[in-house]
Parts: sequence; C-alpha cells; structure tokens
Amino acid sequence: MAAAVPGVSWARGAVAVLLLLLGCCGPELAGGLQDQAEQFFRSGHTNNWAVLVCTSRFWFNYRHVANTLSVYRSVKRLGIPDSHIVLMLADDMACNPRNPKPATVFSHKNMELNVYGDDVEVDYRSYEVTVENFLRVLTGRIPPSTPRSKRLLSDDRSNILIYMTGHGGNGFLKFQDSEEITNVELADAFEQMWQKRRYNELLFIIDTCQGASMYERFYSPNIMALASSQVGEDSLSHQPDLAIGVHLMDRYTFYVLEFLEEIHPASQTNMNDLFQVCPKSLCVSTPGHRTDLFQRDPQNVLITDFFGSVRKVEITTETVSLDREVAGFESKFPEEELATEPLKYAEQLPVAQIIHQKPKPKDWHPPGGFILGLWALIIMVFFKTYGIKHMKHVF
Amino acid sequence: AAPVQVQLVVPMAVVFGPGSVPGDLPRPLPFRDVQEMEISVNLRTSVTSRYEMLYRSATGQEEAALAAATAREADAALHPLQDTTLGSLTVYVVPETSPLLPQGIKVYVGKHRSALVRAGGSLAALQAQLREVAQVMSFTASSIAAALSDRVPDGQLSPDARRYLKSSLGYEITFSLLNPDPKSHTVDWDIEGAVNRYVKPVLDKLSLVANFSVDSQILYYAVLGVTPRYDKESSSFLLSAHSLPHVINPVEARLGSSAASLYPVLNFLLYVPERSHSPLYIQDKDGAPVSTNAFHSPRWGGIMVYNVEAPASPQASLPLHVDVDMARVMEVFLAQLRLLFGLSREEVPPEFLLERPGNEGLADWELDHLLWAHTVENIATVSTTLTSLAQLLDKIGNIVIKDDVASEVYRAVASVQSAVTELSLGHLHAAFQASKEAVTSSERAFFDPSLLHLLYFPDDQKFAIYIPLFLPMAVPILLSLAKIVRETRQRKKEPTKMD
Repeated sequence: MAAAVPGVSWARGAVAVLLLLLGCCGPELAGGLQDQAEQFFRSGHTNNWAVLVCTSRFWFNYRHVANTLSVYRSVKRLGIPDSHIVLMLADDMACNPRNPKPATVFSHKNMELNVYGDDVEVDYRSYEVTVENFLRVLTGRIPPSTPRSKRLLSDDRSNILIYMTGHGGNGFLKFQDSEEITNVELADAFEQMWQKRRYNELLFIIDTCQGASMYERFYSPNIMALASSQVGEDSLSHQPDLAIGVHLMDRYTFYVLEFLEEIHPASQTNMNDLFQVCPKSLCVSTPGHRTDLFQRDPQNVLITDFFGSVRKVEITTETVSLDREVAGFESKFPEEELATEPLKYAEQLPVAQIIHQKPKPKDWHPPGGFILGLWALIIMVFFKTYGIKHMKHVF
Repeated sequence: AAPVQVQLVVPMAVVFGPGSVPGDLPRPLPFRDVQEMEISVNLRTSVTSRYEMLYRSATGQEEAALAAATAREADAALHPLQDTTLGSLTVYVVPETSPLLPQGIKVYVGKHRSALVRAGGSLAALQAQLREVAQVMSFTASSIAAALSDRVPDGQLSPDARRYLKSSLGYEITFSLLNPDPKSHTVDWDIEGAVNRYVKPVLDKLSLVANFSVDSQILYYAVLGVTPRYDKESSSFLLSAHSLPHVINPVEARLGSSAASLYPVLNFLLYVPERSHSPLYIQDKDGAPVSTNAFHSPRWGGIMVYNVEAPASPQASLPLHVDVDMARVMEVFLAQLRLLFGLSREEVPPEFLLERPGNEGLADWELDHLLWAHTVENIATVSTTLTSLAQLLDKIGNIVIKDDVASEVYRAVASVQSAVTELSLGHLHAAFQASKEAVTSSERAFFDPSLLHLLYFPDDQKFAIYIPLFLPMAVPILLSLAKIVRETRQRKKEPTKMD
C-alpha cells in the first residue's frame, strides 16, 4: 500500500519497541536483584486447596480415618479454610457402634490427641466415596446439582494437596472394599486437570502398601509425590490402643503428623525436611518421593506452600476520588421486577408414583456378533461330529 | 497448547487541529495508514496488532471544541463528535504551543476514548507518540502476555504478572464489616446506600464485561490473626507489611460464600479495631504508615482498617456509636476493585496526563483494555479446551458423545471463529460477546458429567478375566475341530484308494 517503505522501517522500529516492552514486562524488575531472586523461588499460587481421601471402611480400618483426619487437622490449623478442603471419609469411626469413646477419633495411644474435634466438615461420607466421585471431583465433571462444598473449584493459581490412604497394591488403591483405582487412571485424571489448568502445583501424598506404584505413571508437569512405601513393601501401622482395640494410626502418617505439629503459618521449613520424615528405622518401610515433574527445586518449596494458605498481599496505594454529592443512581439496565410465585414445598420423592409403577419392559436387543458366532461354532461342531442326520430332527 | 493466531484491529482516527499539521506528510489529508506489530507469545501462539489509522483535519465543530480553555472542557466538547464504538480511538493533535496541555505534558488522555497530543514537529515523531498513546489506551505486549499467561514459556513472566482476575462470566462481590469489639463500638454503616450511590455506577459500566452480584454482611467478634505492635512514638498500634499475609486466613473461615453461585468471589472487608488496639495503622515495607490503611490480595479481595476517633472525654459511655464515612471507604474499595482487575495507572509514562474517571470508576478506554485482554484470553481458553477434549476422545475410544455435547462443541467452534473474524474487522464488542459464548459452550462440553473415562482395562486384567471362562469351553471345541479336519482329509484320500 502507500505506506510500504515507511512500513519496513516501521517494523524494525516496532520490533525494537516490542523488545523493550517485553524486557520491561515485569514491573518488579525495577525492584532490585534481591526481590528478583526471591520471587523466582517463590511459588506463583494465590490460593490453596486440599483433597483428603480415606478409602477404607469397617471398624478395623480405624487407622485410615485417623490418618486422614490428622492431615485435615494440620491443614486447617495452618490456614486452609473448610471451603477449600474436600474431605472424603469412607466410613464413620467416631459414631461407629463399636467405638468405646463415641464422637472421638484418636491418633495417639492413651488417647492423647482427638483429631475429630468439634468442627469437622466431611464433604463425601460413607458410600459417596467412590472412584467415580473421586475422579469427578478431580476433573470437575460434576453434575450441576452438586453443592459448592463438594466441588474442587481450583484455578490455574491454586496449589492442591492430595492425600490418599487405605489399602493398596502394586498399581492400584482399593475403594470401599469393592472397587479400585489404578495408577493409570489417576495419572490421566491429573493430566485432565493440567489440560484445564486446574492447578498450579500439586503435592500428592499416599500412605498405603506399595504406595510408590501409584505415582509411577504420572506424566503431567508440576507434580510432586510422596509415598509411604516402595513397590513390594507393606506400610505398617503404628500402635494399637488396648482400650479402643484397633491400631490408631499408620507409621508414616504418624511421623508426618509429628513433623507438621512443629510447623506454624510463618515457618520456612522446606520440602527436603518432609522427605526425611520417617526413615526406615522408624517406619520399617522405605518412604519414597518423586520430584522430576516438579519445576522448582524442593529446597525452595515451603511446607506452607501446600499445607498452609499464605496469601500474597499488596499495599493499596491508589484511591478513586468520588463525588460525594451524587444523588441516587439511575441504572442504565433497570432490574426487572420478576413476579415471583409464592414458594411451595416441592414433592421431592414421588413415593406413590414409584410404588405403583409397572416395571418398564426392557428393550430387547438382538444377540451380538460374538455370542452368535460362538453358538454357530458350537452347533456346527456338534452336527459335524455326530452326523448331519440329526439336523432334520431339530428342524 | 493449541495454535492460536489472532489479529487485533484497532480503528484509530488522527485529527489534526489548526496549526498542528506536520510539514512532512507523504500525502495530502485525509489518508489512511496501517501499523502492524507482532506479539509472539510462544512458537504456536501469536497475536498481531494492527492499528488502522485515518489521518484527517479537524471539522469546524472540532476546531471550536479544541479552542476551549482546558483539556477537560475540550474533551467534554469533543465527546459527542467522536466515534464511540468499543475499541476505537480518536487522537487530536494540537499545536506545540497550545495552552490546552499544561507544561511538560505531551499527552492528555480523556475519560472516553480520545486523547490530546502535542504536535512533535515531524511525522515520525508524531507517529512514535501515537504508537505510545494507542498502546496505553488499548493493549500492550505485556497485557496480552498476561492474558495468555499459561502459554508463555516459564521464566519469562514473573509469577506476580499472572495475578489479575481471570475472565469469568460473573463475579460475586461481598462487603463485610468486621467488628471484633461490639462492647466498645456500635458500628453503623449504610452499605445499601453506599452501594447504590458509589458501587452501582462502576458495576454498571463493568456490566459489559461480566455479571456482578453484590451482598454484604456484618461479623461480630471476628479478630485478625495477628497481634499488632504498640509504637510509643506515634502512640498507635502498627501492623507490619510481612505480617499481613497471615491476617486473612482466620477471617476467611468465617466469611462464608454463596452456596448457589459458582462465580469467583471478591471480598472487601472493613475492620474496626478493638478499643484496646486503637488506633491501628498498616506499615509498608519501609516502615511508613500507609495513607489508605488498606491492603489487597490478588484474586481474593481487600481489607481496610477504619480507625475510630478517640472520644472527647475519657469517661464517655461505652459502647461508642460509630457512623462509618462510606464515601472514604468506597474510595478505597473501588480502587482495590480496579487493581484486582488489573486497571492500574502506575505504568503510564510520566509525560501523560490521565483524566480521573470520577464516579464511573473507570474510563471508557480502561473498559476497552479489559475487553481486549478478556477476549484474547477467552479465545485462547476455548482453543485449549477444545483441543484437549479432542485429545481425550482420541485416547479413549469408547467414550460416548451425547448429542447435546456435540452441539455445544459445534457452537463453541462457530463462536470462536466468529470472534476471531470480528477481531480482525475491529468490532471489539461483537468479538467479546462471541468469545463469551464460545467459552460458555466449550466449558459446558468439556465438563459434561457424561465424559468420565472409567474405562481403563489393563491388558493383563483382560486376560485374567476372560481366560478362565473361555479356555475350558474352548478345549472340546478345538479338539472337535481338529477331528473334523482330519476326517475331511482322510475322506479326500479315500476315493483314490477305493476302486
């Protein structure tokens, strides 16, 4: 066009300006090298979430519920509010008829520490803890009627802590004694989360037998994983309480809880210390960890980056100057007065209809190819072996 | 990430006032010019900005408006004569000696979509100036990079650059009054009146961007998580800057959030300190008290400390009645709201003079800023979502796609294509609406509850299940088949044997 020649020198000038602009991208670059170094090591998260799952039912699996509640208690103490915790307990130990001390769940022998407390908020309880619900929570593919407390509403600046405990094996974790989740499904769920940027960084802790097999298949970035035992080893429980009659905690989580009790919201302890928790002499199994997918060095990752909720804060230096004499405001978009009907009690379960329903005739489907082929093979072989003369008796 | 190539077209009109036309124009007025610039975010994502400029001389009415006494009056007079479509810019060039712009100021940016620029002598200098103005008023490379933050290779953007609120269909704003000491203070705040007078105009202006819902609450006996320090010199209590991050958590547990809405929540808290800790001031990093006495946290909201004046006589009866000055409070909260959205005026070059937006809270060009960033962000999000959905379906072959999921995907694709087209034509409003529809449809398709992939069967499990069933059944069948084959072969040989 007419501006072709000045356009070329334009482009060069434009590129120079662009480079300058990109170079001055971060406003903090003016703040000095010290600030720059600090913020390079800092995590870029603005909120914290925790998903704590206990997958075992039955009274003798008391220790798994105690494990999960201990982590819940630590996480709440360090600042993550209930609205940001999804707690899934597969069975109710506190109000179990076999509990000699009802409404309590202890984690120490001699009943030193009641981790149940009086403000536990369980989001998924009892039979709601299934592999399907767990995967739905992680990936976000939840039916629209699910309440807010049952959702993981994380965004791309959320650090998520996922803690799982129960009975597991090489490559799977058992849910509710009836189904299992494999390490491939878990890795795929995390990849779905990464695709939709539902986390900034993720810390995965698992306390089961052969726990390290569960994090072998992860392939999404920014995941750090800890497990209580390697493949081929069993995670052992800690100490039984003779009054309650069951083992109260698992060893690995017991020592993790002891470690977390020393942490307070302002502490600077990093992940390398968490990796040292529970050496083989105390734990009998060998705890493992995986950091190759994580971008920052574990030395620079604070415990409170995942277990606590320390927010980034900026001082407000600007104000908007408002004209105080302004009269009432006429909105450009006046809200229409919706004529609301008086609300009635809705019949939620039409029991009468259900009782008197006739069974729906199930649609008949013709047999599939495999069955047809199998039967054809059997019939052919039968008649060939025993002679074709039998055919005329059948038809 | 999926490749995204977007062209952002900004229609710009450059109007020369009397006596400001540079001597070295290539062609007589009016003429058109185009300036393109590529903002390459990563290998597969690039945003090209294209400023379509129309240079013309001022009409009689515009000349009369430019003869006003101050820049503000000129801006107000010029407003009805401008192109007011979203995304467009008008720049008026005034002579170097014009009294409209104060000394040392080269550019005046008005409340709407226009600016006054002092002529620089040559056309090249003027064009450099125009480029700067256009970038301040529409989008810069850094604002586009921040919008596409998840595509920028790590290490190029500082972690703090990704702190603005993400583009969402709606936001929920909650105003909370925290009174930790009701025995000493009875606090009265006319929040409804304040919202109607001060907040509604701003939200009205922002209603193009998203739906806003506002609620308020009062919390008693809600304390901060930090004990302030007593400072003898100023006989006041001080909260230092590094203790501020720990203030929010104990309060957040009690704030509550609407159970029905899934939109991001912005909390604005007004804290009236206890009598034993009054007056309470916030210190910044250098130890100086902050004039606004407020701080904010990205993607969460803001907190302001409202000090109650000590009563005249020490024997005043408790509780003291406190009438909150809502205008002062709203000045701070609205400023925090702007900062949370990323509308900061700090990065503007020093020779620019920006007009205050007044009660509307933000200027028209700031609204455009938000719309440009959100449109680009929406388009990138939709493209990532749909690509990853396609990859999921490729990987797991036996997921069933329902009809409504399919129609949402088609709608998302059509909307995002229309958004890109509208952007390349310079229609920001239509492009933004299309991008919003695209995001809604693509999110609905991606998060449909029926797309759960509980269908992973490892091969060894398949063998373990089916072999014990079919192997015993297959043994007699295979043996009989072998017998049949042998007999057929024998019968074929026999006719040659028999006579």
